[in-house]
Amino acid sequence: MLQRRSSGRQVRIVITPPRRWALPSVARMWEAREVLVRFSVRDITLRYRQTALGVIWVILQPLLAAGVLTFVFSSVAKLPSGGVPPIVYTFAGLLLFNLMSSVISRGSNSLVANASLVSKVYFPRLLVPLSTAGSALMDFTVSLIFMGVLLVVFGVSPGLAVVLVPVWVVLTVCLAAGVAFIASALTVSYRDVQYVIPFLLQIILYGSPVAYSLGKVSPHYRIIYDLNPMTWLLDDMRWSVLHQPEPSVVLLALSVVFPMAVLLFGSFVFQQRERGFADVI
Amino acid sequence: MNPDNETAVSVSHLSKKYRIRQRGEGPSTAAEAALGFLRGRTKPTYFDAVNDVSFEAKWGDIVGIIGRNGAGKSTLLKILTRITAPTTGRAVLHGRVGSLLEVGTGFHPELTGRENVYLNGTLLGMRRKEIESRFDEIVDFAGVEAFLDTQVKRFSTGMYVRLAFGVAAHLQSEILMVDEVLAVGDAEFQEKCLRKMREVAQTGRCVFLVSHQVHAVRALATRSLYLQQGQLIYDGTVEGALEVYKESFERISSDDAIEAGMRPGSGDVRFATVRPVKESFDAAEEKILEFTTTASPDISYKHHIRCDIVDSDWDIVVRLDSPLVKFSIDPRTAVHGTIVLRTPWLRPGLYTVNLSLWGGRARVDYWETACSFRVMPIFPYEGVASQAATEGAPVLADFSFTTTERSDASA
Repeated sequence: MLQRRSSGRQVRIVITPPRRWALPSVARMWEAREVLVRFSVRDITLRYRQTALGVIWVILQPLLAAGVLTFVFSSVAKLPSGGVPPIVYTFAGLLLFNLMSSVISRGSNSLVANASLVSKVYFPRLLVPLSTAGSALMDFTVSLIFMGVLLVVFGVSPGLAVVLVPVWVVLTVCLAAGVAFIASALTVSYRDVQYVIPFLLQIILYGSPVAYSLGKVSPHYRIIYDLNPMTWLLDDMRWSVLHQPEPSVVLLALSVVFPMAVLLFGSFVFQQRERGFADVI
Repeated sequence: MNPDNETAVSVSHLSKKYRIRQRGEGPSTAAEAALGFLRGRTKPTYFDAVNDVSFEAKWGDIVGIIGRNGAGKSTLLKILTRITAPTTGRAVLHGRVGSLLEVGTGFHPELTGRENVYLNGTLLGMRRKEIESRFDEIVDFAGVEAFLDTQVKRFSTGMYVRLAFGVAAHLQSEILMVDEVLAVGDAEFQEKCLRKMREVAQTGRCVFLVSHQVHAVRALATRSLYLQQGQLIYDGTVEGALEVYKESFERISSDDAIEAGMRPGSGDVRFATVRPVKESFDAAEEKILEFTTTASPDISYKHHIRCDIVDSDWDIVVRLDSPLVKFSIDPRTAVHGTIVLRTPWLRPGLYTVNLSLWGGRARVDYWETACSFRVMPIFPYEGVASQAATEGAPVLADFSFTTTERSDASA
């Protein structure tokens, strides 16, 4: 009598109060993976809809920024650029910095920007900040292709380590996503975070060797740079793309482990706060 | 704990507590939170939005959830759809859940109709293949073929709502939860939606429906839950639940009234008391309500009042919006005032009054069922008042008929 419309296997959902210590369920996220794709597609579509130059902005923005930074740090301040043309050196750094920066800044606002969804539909909330990585990676890919063009034009040849580029990209996204998870979860309750993030990113931009190499930094300050995860990743990236000296094994290991740890910690913090999102946002 | 195959949803002892923030209490910035932490916490007040609710629903059931505002209907649905977590208790759902808590959730104005169908469908839990296979059906249901590649920000409200409901109505999930969505669209479209929901239940799925419209629940639901102040106080037939609902009006008294601090609105200024000058009025008599307000010395702009008269079918019969008659109050002083309804005449029955106070576009206070009054079957009509004549329409009117002889008619 009852012709249940069951699409395949029997589903059973149990709703209980949230457990105190838990990580986001990977199974649930996998179940909802299409949401991630749709969000990313939406973000990418929206970014360039009703713009005249469209995708050209993706190249134009970092190129103009690289130009300005090169002028300031290389032409005016005469900081070294590791023996490659300054613009190439800066662009390579900016490539990675922009990836991190856009994941963090877009990610941290994402929950509040999607407040109506968070309070009206169920899906793993972690997908919201995570999906911002989609559009950031899209921008990154376009810039990376342009990076290749720059390498050819300036005759810089990357070494064999170029095959490791995807690894550094994944690690940068992990690091940035971890931070974005925490920032977005905190923004739900405290909108202060929205004002802090751009300021922090600004500090990272000038405080990391994005547009200059560490050659002229006095040993006195060197320790600050060595403790900066962005320095590690920038070193790794330039080793791969610009044939710069290979980073030390310790820093190499740190640059792999640290972003993973941040991602894990970020997911944990996010999960802790998730239960209250719909009530507070 | 081992339900048979017929059980679609089983809920046991589900509760949800909310922490209430009084004005000036609770942090909203990190600095305030830090300060609060240093000072030591003030003891928070709790509010049971859902309180120890247990029930079971079978496949093929259309469960209408009714109750006054703030009774916990929407919170219950939000728990069952996993939007918010329960404080205690447990619910088991034996199937995928599709929900429609607001029409057009997840619709993005900048995206086209087509893109939104995919985005919305995915959010509601459909797979891409399912959306693809039902895409034409959805578009057909909504009747927006010609505008599929237009951004929805250029859609009319009607088209927007139809497309949004179309997506939700074609959800393949075994359990469907719908909150107050039939209030939108024209009559024809509403009828289409009701038909669709009935179809869904006939295929053996389970539908939950929250509505303020008694006729929608009556037309659709096969059983009903009645919630009052977070508690499930009736679980049974639709007619039975509606009886309980109507009775609840009779029992409105001061001890039943919601505390002012728990009413929606910013609460800068609130109504202190509201009552009719008489307990019952004649149909055509002026209905006069008296109210008093509290004052807030810091607010200098005018506030206006909206007064909705609601009949026992939960329909708003008349809305008395003070800007229409150029009336406003100065929130700096506490006032005593009256609201006078002259026309239309009200048909006999019990009426409740929803009062709200607005400062600009912000709702400062909303007092649902602030008071009630009865209209007696005493009419100024000269003829005999049959039930069909006086109860066929929501209101009564002052009217007359006249005739004159037609000059153009042939003999």
